[in-house]
Amino acid sequence: MSTNTDSADESPSASRMLARKRSAMRIFGGPTIGLVVMFIGLTLKSPYFLTVRNLGNILSQITDIGVLAAGATLVILIAGIDLSVAANMALTMMFTASLYADHHWPFVVTLIAGLLLGAFVGAINGLLATYGKVQPFVATLATMSACLGLALVITDGNTINGFPTWFVNFATVDLFGFLPLQAVIMMLIYLALAFWLRFRPGGRALYAIGGNEEVARLSGIPVLRMKTLVYMIAGALAAVAGWVDISTLDSAQPTAGANYLLNVIAVVVIGGASLSGGVGTMGSTFIGLLIIGVLNNGLSLTGVNPNLQPVVVGAVILAAVLTDRNARKAHG
Amino acid sequence: MVATDGVTGAGRALVVTDLVKSFAGVTVLHSVNLGVRAGSVVGLIGENGAGKSTTSSIIAGIQQPDSGLMTIDGVAYAPASPADALASGVALIHQEIRTVPHLSIAENIFLGRLPRAGLRVDRDAMVEQAREVLRKLGIDIDPRRPVRGLSIAMQQSIEIAKAITRNPRYVIFDEPSASLTNQETDRVLHQISVLREHGAGIIYISHRLEEVRTISDEIVCMRDGNVVATWQSGDVPQRELVRAMVGRDFVFGHEAPAPASPEVVLEVHDLSRKGVFDGIDFTVAKGEILGIAGLVGAGRTEVVRAIAGVDKADGGAVTVEGRKIRLRNPGHALKAGIVMVPEDRKQQGLNLTLDSSRNIVSPWERILRVRGIVTKGWINRIAEDSRTAFDIRGSLDRPVVRLSGGNQQKVLLAKWLVRQPKVLILDEPTRGVDVGAKMSIYAIIRDYAARGVAVILVSSELEEVLGLAHRVLVMSGGRQIAVLPRDEATSETVMSLAVPQTIA
Repeated sequence: MSTNTDSADESPSASRMLARKRSAMRIFGGPTIGLVVMFIGLTLKSPYFLTVRNLGNILSQITDIGVLAAGATLVILIAGIDLSVAANMALTMMFTASLYADHHWPFVVTLIAGLLLGAFVGAINGLLATYGKVQPFVATLATMSACLGLALVITDGNTINGFPTWFVNFATVDLFGFLPLQAVIMMLIYLALAFWLRFRPGGRALYAIGGNEEVARLSGIPVLRMKTLVYMIAGALAAVAGWVDISTLDSAQPTAGANYLLNVIAVVVIGGASLSGGVGTMGSTFIGLLIIGVLNNGLSLTGVNPNLQPVVVGAVILAAVLTDRNARKAHG
Repeated sequence: MVATDGVTGAGRALVVTDLVKSFAGVTVLHSVNLGVRAGSVVGLIGENGAGKSTTSSIIAGIQQPDSGLMTIDGVAYAPASPADALASGVALIHQEIRTVPHLSIAENIFLGRLPRAGLRVDRDAMVEQAREVLRKLGIDIDPRRPVRGLSIAMQQSIEIAKAITRNPRYVIFDEPSASLTNQETDRVLHQISVLREHGAGIIYISHRLEEVRTISDEIVCMRDGNVVATWQSGDVPQRELVRAMVGRDFVFGHEAPAPASPEVVLEVHDLSRKGVFDGIDFTVAKGEILGIAGLVGAGRTEVVRAIAGVDKADGGAVTVEGRKIRLRNPGHALKAGIVMVPEDRKQQGLNLTLDSSRNIVSPWERILRVRGIVTKGWINRIAEDSRTAFDIRGSLDRPVVRLSGGNQQKVLLAKWLVRQPKVLILDEPTRGVDVGAKMSIYAIIRDYAARGVAVILVSSELEEVLGLAHRVLVMSGGRQIAVLPRDEATSETVMSLAVPQTIA
């Protein structure tokens, strides 16, 4: 056994342990520490913060954005961007609601129809961004605009109310008395995607594609097909986020999610993903999501002017990105 | 240099004395001497890696020599940057073209020094001057149109125009004709003679010996970082030039064992890709190493990329063990047992920011783990096997970029050899590695051949091809010129076949 600590002579197991430690530090790095600090600060500041009811509230408030951010994480991992997610959500919501209320389709069928429409919009994004060679920013800007318009066209801009009780219960029933059922479903989505990204060749391929597309292609990864699939998943998840909103509000409004897009991207970036691709995990996005949730909740509880809240979010985005970059420099 | 003494006294000249340059311990220039008189053309020839480009980039201020002296018209000259060199009147015209596609021809020519009238760019003066210089070069084109969409040859002319407007006293052309047709090349040669008539001294680097013989007043041949021969006229027999370029004994003999069996593994039939290569037709047997030789731009890489499914071929067929394979993407080739170790490690081979282990398993996750789960344990097991098999030194858990060049190259080989392939294609497998790593890579190649793998080796280093291959396929201008058995393949035969014949 060598006791030499020169990095060139590191024994495999020792270097592996170091690497594990490094990656552990990254997971529990800046964003997590920030979250914990905020959590403690708010607990001290507001007696209401650390109550089962408030924590449940936080989770309910971030569920729809969380579902969108899950899809956005995948898109950003492959160095893409999807501006259409929130608009796609509004479109699929109105589509589902209209089929149910105006055309009297069975509700479950309308949900699935919404899901397919979401995936279809995603497929258009994906095909444009890959085979169509349109920059994803431009492609999804176009579909975003189209989705926003179509969402209004479906019901002439009207809101649809009154959905089946069992569906609305997803928003009102708490598991173990404090976990909203919706939030549980969102977390299951995160777990499933995390598993895919970590253990399945398809999910792992996204890191290769985001890191260097040509290297990925030469490694036999079907790059264009995987990229299209990712946009489809993001589109389908937009529809799922629409389900969440329908069940929470017991209504479907064509203007739902109007200010979601930037929050979704903020969540992914605060978590630590890089817009240039190849970096990010579901876990880090989840942390980013909790930060946004706790932050907004805390700002309301402490009586900060609501108009100032986006300013604070902006500051947090910068802080997250700058600390992450410094941490990366330090670790190499 | 024979002529320099007379020149420095008599007339104006750019003289280079005792230039030495090494990279990471490898000496690429040993004491190079070179001189070019004003109003004359020196043809600089040599094999890939002989040191021509290093010499020219030192003269043009892109790199600095370890030692040596340069003078221009008797005055010491030591450029610290290309801008410095330009200020001293030395311009380099690159092999690759660097134009800005969305700007006009005139703007490209005057980029960085646009003529001004008050606060704005003096468009009229700029266009007028551009028109003037283009006319001098014999080009009839509107300087106001954007560069985008112009042919490579036209863009090359724009580069030349750009150089001329700076009124350089010395101009280096680094393989300007590499991607040009004969007719286009003639125009470049004409432009060079225009420059010469205006009193400029020219260094003309090219693989095309015919052109060098036509244009040069003097020819200098480099080999292994030395000037090995100089002729005082361009009228030198081509055979003599070729011999000077390659004339050396091999550092390693033919050690590879004869193919174990005549059983053909890979059959390539009439493969073609429009405008790139055609009529490629060969077989590789079990345990055989087929070398593909040719000059830069001959189409070697393009052919093997098509066989590996990276680029689509337009026509022809590829069969492995008698079965015709679909080659629409690299995944198909991988599944059929064809792997290609790509030539550009950084752009095509490895994801430098990911750790080595993940790079190594990347192509195999789908194939070896069908319906399966990729676990850290599996990855580590494969990575450890690779480390042992390829003697990789350094941590596999750190980004590849942290490893030395030689070790990165071993990771690259390991990545493609996780599973023993039926056909192994290596494109420039020893580029940018030191001698020690080179030797171990040769051993790996021989080992895989001995185990019955059909190997295709593409290399610009002729001695590498001749030392390893059982047969040598020579390409030139996108065509398969010959397939030579080992005993007929010598540097002379291969080089004379590889050099494009201008008369065609």
